[in-house]
Amino acid sequence: MKRSTATFFFLVAFILAGCSEEPLPVQTDTASDALEEVTGSAAVVPIARVQRLRVATTTSLYDTGLWGYLEPMFEEKYNVELDVLYAGTGKAIDWGRRGDVDVITVHSRTREELFVTEGYGVERVPFAYNYFLIVGPADDPAGISGMTPEEAFKTLMADGEAIFVSRGDDSGTHGKERSIWTSAGFDYDADVRTAGPWYVEGGSGMGPTLVMADEMQGYTLTDIGTYLAYQGDLELVPVIDQGDVLLNVYSVLQVQTSRDPELSLALVDFLVSPEVQQLIGDYGVDAYGMQLFSPCAGQDF
Amino acid sequence: MIHLFEAFKIALGMIVTGDQVVFSIAFRTLLIASASTIAATLLFVPLGCMVHFSNFKGKRIAVGFIQTMYSVPTVFVGMLVFLMVSRSGPFGVMGLLFSPWAIILGEIVLIAPIITGLTISALRNTGKGLEDTATSLGAGRGTMILKVLAEAKYAMLTSVLMGFGRAVSEVGVAIMVGGNISGYTRTLSTAIALGVGKGETAFSIALGLILLSLAMVVSIAVNIMQHGYRGRK
Repeated sequence: MKRSTATFFFLVAFILAGCSEEPLPVQTDTASDALEEVTGSAAVVPIARVQRLRVATTTSLYDTGLWGYLEPMFEEKYNVELDVLYAGTGKAIDWGRRGDVDVITVHSRTREELFVTEGYGVERVPFAYNYFLIVGPADDPAGISGMTPEEAFKTLMADGEAIFVSRGDDSGTHGKERSIWTSAGFDYDADVRTAGPWYVEGGSGMGPTLVMADEMQGYTLTDIGTYLAYQGDLELVPVIDQGDVLLNVYSVLQVQTSRDPELSLALVDFLVSPEVQQLIGDYGVDAYGMQLFSPCAGQDF
Repeated sequence: MIHLFEAFKIALGMIVTGDQVVFSIAFRTLLIASASTIAATLLFVPLGCMVHFSNFKGKRIAVGFIQTMYSVPTVFVGMLVFLMVSRSGPFGVMGLLFSPWAIILGEIVLIAPIITGLTISALRNTGKGLEDTATSLGAGRGTMILKVLAEAKYAMLTSVLMGFGRAVSEVGVAIMVGGNISGYTRTLSTAIALGVGKGETAFSIALGLILLSLAMVVSIAVNIMQHGYRGRK
């Protein structure tokens, strides 16, 4: 690791210096001095040396604090540093494709199945579910309360004034929103994205999108977990919480090219183990007065 | 407004009592920025000197290019480094992505033009006149170079501090290639970016105040250096 890093520094220096016609004013020992400096001080914090496993998670499992809660348990059990990276489902899957993470926890069934059939993922293992909500201002300016999600989207489109904030980030939630638009009879790219200034593509995670919708007094589609976790800071209220389409299933997938398949599999098994399933079901109940995630290991979701 | 005031009070409390999370992030940020600055200094101050003291075709264009790169967007560097060190990229085997090493690497690339370019400017400003005088007094080229270097040392140190200032506060590289991993690659700026989104106002303010004071220390140091430099003249 040390040597390879030194070589890397040196290479970069070389590439950067390439534009000058002079020989490089750097000798190998200078570069390794720099490295000594770096690694010497690095000993103070846990950089390298420790075994690490990377999991990329959809933002909702991160923003609700679930991963922060489970992480130390897994680390202690397997004596490993678990690096939790948060991103939308699209980005998490892309990191998996590139081989940059070992495990992903995401929520988009079609894309997960594609990930497996394309040979990037080992197996799709559902481990928890909850429901999406459409939240909005308490006075419900578009009058969509109580409608089905599809009816609500049609009404928003016809209304053309009430603001809807979309994740717009290729996340699982964004994918769900698109599929609702499709079943409401719209072409997402042609009809919805160009519908007008009322349709806002936020481009960030679930938490920031809720904050944005709150600031703009608009509607948004959210998973219930993140909404409950942020509820204290928001004026938004649930407007629609009924509809089969709103089911939200989280799965864990081991990445085929993981550097540590054994440990990756251990993480998958950890999430579906009876003890952890119990913890997932109980998570947040004390703080929010209701369940954030329902465990579903072994069920067909 | 009351809310903001309260948050400020809590933030100050965190700093005064030495909140562990806040200070470990601050310490990590310092470490990463220092490592980048030291490495970039060892590589690019000599490069700046080489460029200044040599004559080659296209020197003016090269210097102009370096100066243009002062304002290279951090997300662009982030993207570049991401593609390089991702496991599917050319340097993927090293497994640097989502580690502090990747951030250090990105920051070196980011501040390389600043350190090189400002070193060149420092030498040029000092060298004017001095080079001719020394040569006319019969000094050899070697002596002349040493003279200029000795005179320019404070101005050159300023270039290093400017590089550090950019490295310590940047967010694009750190978030793209570091991944903002708690306890590992989370820096002051990426923690603030996450904290504001999460509504952790007090925590973000505390981090922001520390970042601000780091930037101020750097700028005061730069000021002192410049006075020292003028004083010598």
